[in-house]
Amino acid sequence: MSVTLLDPTNEEVPVARQITPRPEAIVGKVALVDIAKRRSDEFLDRLQEAMERRLPQVEINRYHKPTFSKPAPTDLRKEIKKINDFVVIGLAD
Amino acid sequence: MSVITSFTLEDSAGIERNFPGTRPALVCFIKEDCPTCRLVLPVLAAIHDSLATELDFFIIGQTSSGNSQLMSEFNPPFNLLDDSALKVAFTNDIEIVPQVFLTDSSGHVLVERSGFVREEWQEMVAELLEPHPSATCTVEWDSLPSWRPGCGSLSVDPLHAERLKAEAENSPIRARRIEMGSQDDEFEFMFDQGFTDGLPVIPPTPQRVLRMLQGTSLDPQKVIATMPPNMAKVTVEKVAINAVMAGCRPEYLPVVMAAVDAVCTDEFNIHGVMATTMGASPVMIVNGPIRHLLKMNMGLGALGQGNRANATIGRALRLVIRNVGGAKPGGTERSTFSNPMKFTMCFAEWEERSSWDPFHVDRGFDANDSVVTTLAMSAGPTLILDETTTEAPVVAAASGEATKGMFNANWYASSNCLMVVSPEHNDVFKRGKVSKSALRRDIQKASEKSVQELIQGPSASPEQLASLAQLPTDRRIGKFGSEDHIEIVVAGSEAGKCTAFFHGWIPRSMGSIPVSRKIDDYM
Repeated sequence: MSVTLLDPTNEEVPVARQITPRPEAIVGKVALVDIAKRRSDEFLDRLQEAMERRLPQVEINRYHKPTFSKPAPTDLRKEIKKINDFVVIGLAD
Repeated sequence: MSVITSFTLEDSAGIERNFPGTRPALVCFIKEDCPTCRLVLPVLAAIHDSLATELDFFIIGQTSSGNSQLMSEFNPPFNLLDDSALKVAFTNDIEIVPQVFLTDSSGHVLVERSGFVREEWQEMVAELLEPHPSATCTVEWDSLPSWRPGCGSLSVDPLHAERLKAEAENSPIRARRIEMGSQDDEFEFMFDQGFTDGLPVIPPTPQRVLRMLQGTSLDPQKVIATMPPNMAKVTVEKVAINAVMAGCRPEYLPVVMAAVDAVCTDEFNIHGVMATTMGASPVMIVNGPIRHLLKMNMGLGALGQGNRANATIGRALRLVIRNVGGAKPGGTERSTFSNPMKFTMCFAEWEERSSWDPFHVDRGFDANDSVVTTLAMSAGPTLILDETTTEAPVVAAASGEATKGMFNANWYASSNCLMVVSPEHNDVFKRGKVSKSALRRDIQKASEKSVQELIQGPSASPEQLASLAQLPTDRRIGKFGSEDHIEIVVAGSEAGKCTAFFHGWIPRSMGSIPVSRKIDDYM
């Protein structure tokens, strides 16, 4: 006789997301997000310098997560998405 | 007027019979090992001989083998129906066999009799024969006893009742049912599905989950928390399933649910706790009367193996985090080494052996409240040993000194810890009239280093050096950001002058703040 078990998971298969198609050129606005890890800001400063040299046509916006240990607040995520065309999320240590 | 629920059963000749049919019917539930059922079987045969052309007969047995036995022994003029799944008996609330019904052609019950009372059966047969004057029934009523009680229906036998309740249409269970192959080993199956923490789990059958749900009066579909990273709605039922798997008893369930609620707060931040490379995990401390009801261990070996409540409550929380929340090693759980606390870490405070207020009273609860508190700890317990002194200040200093190297000798002013003080160490503090707040202060004091020491420390980072450079070199800095980040409870055996020291994680809203929940709210 077969045994019936109950599913211990939340029974939701996560949506498989495709990577957004990469554009030919980087134009528009780029968000650099500091996740609040040590020296994340330093890393993003260097990146910003390099981008300003090589991609003078883009506008760079800087953002800061309150703490690296928690997901970014919803409002912050919405703001980044609304204003920007690209996002770079910086890790450091 | 009651109705017998419609059913389809196979008879002993392999033919499917549907109830109701097109005629009035006699329906009788029997089982092979019931003497009264054996007594009435010839009576049913005699009625059938007289009225088979007028009535449909549905004589329903409760086991296949029992039906075969009765067919060969009695050779009745009808085939017995096989209700070995017991669903027809369960659906119609049959508690006693034999239970006989006369119904109209729509299944409405006209007459119902339990057990055997000769006069009742005689009267019933007479009424059946009345519209058919030519029919005769050859029952020798005088040879039958005047009264015999029935037996319990298998559908109310505890062996089957829980399964039937779990499988019924009005079952409180809503979780997806997984049918295992008949050749599958259920323990191996649970491993294969990725449901376990690496140790075997109890297979969560509907019966076991239903039994677990007896541990609470909450609606099984009540959502008690939303858990990352899946942002899953954690229902009472899902906690119960994982509590079964962990090996919990039903009375442990409210503690597990309270802890699930506690860790799913923004303050506790279970997502960060699971994700950190530092290997943090929830440590659960139980206070209040429930410790005794659940026979939790707060004495000898309280922080280790050997007690079912301690071990399985902690494990159940971790399985919920894994299975419902979706935090798995290699996924969003990114601990470099991990640690054994990720299997389970739950214990009770030995309040009665402590000279201080219980932990939950410190946190604003009434002493009679049963409370679980969750704390994010990344390592421990490590031992702080001082067996020789009887001086409270010395023991306090030893405890503070022991914290200096936690994480890194230069990691200062930004962590928390938990000190589990043994009864013997507590005795030393009691004799020295050291309060808990004084002990916190003494630990912090003994942990201090001067700015100069930190600057000369082996692993002072450039950014730390820059920050320290702003301070006077003789300024002394405590290991912990605040004395309040040193949590203190009492547990352990009567023998042992030692304190168990758990390394914390990142305190305050930046990381994780301990969260308490009243367990009564989940009963």
